[in-house]
Amino acid sequence: MQLTQKHNDYWHKNLVVTGVLLLIWFIVTFVEAWYARELNGITIFGFPLGFYMSAQGSLAIYVAIIGYYAWYMQKLDKEYDVDEGDLE
Amino acid sequence: MNQAVSQSHSAFKSQLKKYYTFYAGGFIGFVILLAIAEQMGMSKQWIGYWFLFATIGLYAGIGVMSRTSEVSEYYVAGRRVPAFFNGMATGADWMSAASFIGMAGTLFLGGYDGLAWVMGWTGGYCLVALFLAPYLRKFGQFTIPDFLAERYGGNIVRTIGIVSAITCSFVYVVAQIYGVGLITSRFTGLEFGVGVFVGLSGILVCSMLGGMKAVTWTQVAQYIILIIAYMTPVVWLGTKHTGIPVPQIAYGYTLQKIGDLEKKINSDPKELEVRKIFTDRAAAGKAALADPDKSYAAGKAKLTDELAGLKTSNAPADKIAGAEKALAAYPKDVADAKKAWTRDTGLAARAAPVRPHAQPFPGKDEAAQNVARWNFIGIVFCMMFGTAALPHILMRYYTTPSVQEARVSVFWSLFFIFLLYFTAPCLAVLAKYDMFTNLVGSQFASLPGWAAAWAKVDSGLLNITDFNGDGIVQWAEVVIGGDLIVLATPEIAGLPYVVSGLVAAGGLAAALSTADGLLLTIANALSHDLYYKMIDPSASTTKRVTISKVLLLVVAIMAAYVSSQKPGDILFLVGAAFSLAASAFFPPLVMGIFWKRANKWGAIAGMAAGLSVCIYYMMRTYPFFTNMGVPKMDLWFSLSPVSAGMFGLPLGLVVIWIVSLLTAPPSKEVQELVEHVRYPHLKGDSVVSEAR
Repeated sequence: MQLTQKHNDYWHKNLVVTGVLLLIWFIVTFVEAWYARELNGITIFGFPLGFYMSAQGSLAIYVAIIGYYAWYMQKLDKEYDVDEGDLE
Repeated sequence: MNQAVSQSHSAFKSQLKKYYTFYAGGFIGFVILLAIAEQMGMSKQWIGYWFLFATIGLYAGIGVMSRTSEVSEYYVAGRRVPAFFNGMATGADWMSAASFIGMAGTLFLGGYDGLAWVMGWTGGYCLVALFLAPYLRKFGQFTIPDFLAERYGGNIVRTIGIVSAITCSFVYVVAQIYGVGLITSRFTGLEFGVGVFVGLSGILVCSMLGGMKAVTWTQVAQYIILIIAYMTPVVWLGTKHTGIPVPQIAYGYTLQKIGDLEKKINSDPKELEVRKIFTDRAAAGKAALADPDKSYAAGKAKLTDELAGLKTSNAPADKIAGAEKALAAYPKDVADAKKAWTRDTGLAARAAPVRPHAQPFPGKDEAAQNVARWNFIGIVFCMMFGTAALPHILMRYYTTPSVQEARVSVFWSLFFIFLLYFTAPCLAVLAKYDMFTNLVGSQFASLPGWAAAWAKVDSGLLNITDFNGDGIVQWAEVVIGGDLIVLATPEIAGLPYVVSGLVAAGGLAAALSTADGLLLTIANALSHDLYYKMIDPSASTTKRVTISKVLLLVVAIMAAYVSSQKPGDILFLVGAAFSLAASAFFPPLVMGIFWKRANKWGAIAGMAAGLSVCIYYMMRTYPFFTNMGVPKMDLWFSLSPVSAGMFGLPLGLVVIWIVSLLTAPPSKEVQELVEHVRYPHLKGDSVVSEAR
């Protein structure tokens, strides 16, 4: 079928949110790990920050990234009328 | 979606919740009953048997109840697994024996550097969620090669897909079955081979009778067992040391105390004395190895002379006896002596001071530290992209009722995996603190109960030797095998044996559930992709399912045979599977969804290039292969062989891009298929790919 402008906008918005979340993922993974020694200079709740992020912090952010994406996309599906109806 | 379907879906969901709540309660009751039986005098071995047979019987029971020969039930559980339960099943599917038993030990021994595995095996789900799960669900077929074949067209792509899926799944399943044999033999006293067989029968009843449907519901049950088993001892130990029943939050202060204890150990004169002994013996061994024949003769002559001297000078009897013993213990020949000296040179590693637990990238100088950092990044990278490319995980997202449920399902998957993975670093720290305070400095005559017991059972897991003969345990005198941490934690925490049995049942659940998913992936690649799609497309549905069941049995037996040969380094096998999957699958899958222009020849060239480079690098650098005669080459950018995907994946992406642009664009139908998978629901969509 022929896609409308609305469909293209939906896909574009999907790409934007995917890109932004991917950037966050990249920062808390690779940038964080690269500078782990420097981050360890900061201490929170007794944890050196670099260790804390790799052991727990980044993991929790991963969960949040995926949760946000699922929530945002459901909203976007409805807004652009490409949702699957009430299958919950 | 109409009203009736929606209603039956929510009724199904509430029924599931009821069943599994009841089941979790029943399991806790079962553990409590066994605990009472233990107090009344049930032997350890019987507790082991009860856990083994009750849990395997349970999984088999679920398998029997979910038996099916319907194609869509067998391959994708009827596509009606709610997000929450699919998340649990994926969690169990994902967490293998290596995660459950090995992870905390790796962190205990490696400190910060072990966290590469933790990050890699969780962060990969971001890629699954953002790049793959919803689109694969919309595509809605049965296997991963299905998607590649449909998107790129032709049997060449499907064949490369089949070969890659089987290669990485088989490497991985061998490691799982090995774990099953290890756990059953350790906790019941059964022989390794018998243990493999018992565990395997549980896997087979389940997946043969009911395929994906049975495997899904069993994996949910297995997740519940493994998470209860992992948390119980950690919470107990954490409450003991931090005073808070959520040790994952509170162990930061324990980590600080460990830092102080590490400094104390590194300056303790007794510790220094032991480390000096190691340095000396390593140096002596190295010197002796320079000219083995001469040193052997000299060493023997020295002992003989001493004995003769003592005898002529009428020394006390115990001194003479001691010298006689030393002479008797001297290596029989030069070959034996060489082995002993080589062992001694290895002691040099133990002479190093304790490394701070939280310190990243250790190394003697800036260059060595940078190599360690680079390899940390390499492992994280390969594990993440491998996660997003392993067929047995991606397959699970075909089973949800809708695209949105698939997205939510990835969230629940990572949440359930996160529960265990963010506990493992905490367990490692608590166990270390306990050992620093209760084991170090204790008398050899009165070691803590668990230490004495484990040192006797298996010296590979725990070995304590009084090198300086002062009767007191120094940290340098303790050698720990990684698997000890999870297996011995219940005893370290002072819990009754029933909790040890629970932990073993949890480890078994982790290994069995992963093996289930992997075997099913292999059997499906053969029966669905190879037989039905390529050899006999007119085969009846009954025939397809029957063939899959037979293949499952054959593959299981082959995998059991390979693991009974006890192939070396498990962690390398697992890591290799991830690198292979990342190189072969990630580029064509993701480009197939996000770039319409990607075409058949690009995919073929890209997969072939990615896989070849990955395999080539491993063959030329990993000692297992180079020792077999493959010419050895230098590491590229000093990256270890396990991270070969770091070369394979980018190359795959670039090759797909270039070759696709050089050849004709894909047909209009394929471009429509790509549009089709990008939208959860398109009104008037002409592509109907949903196979029911």
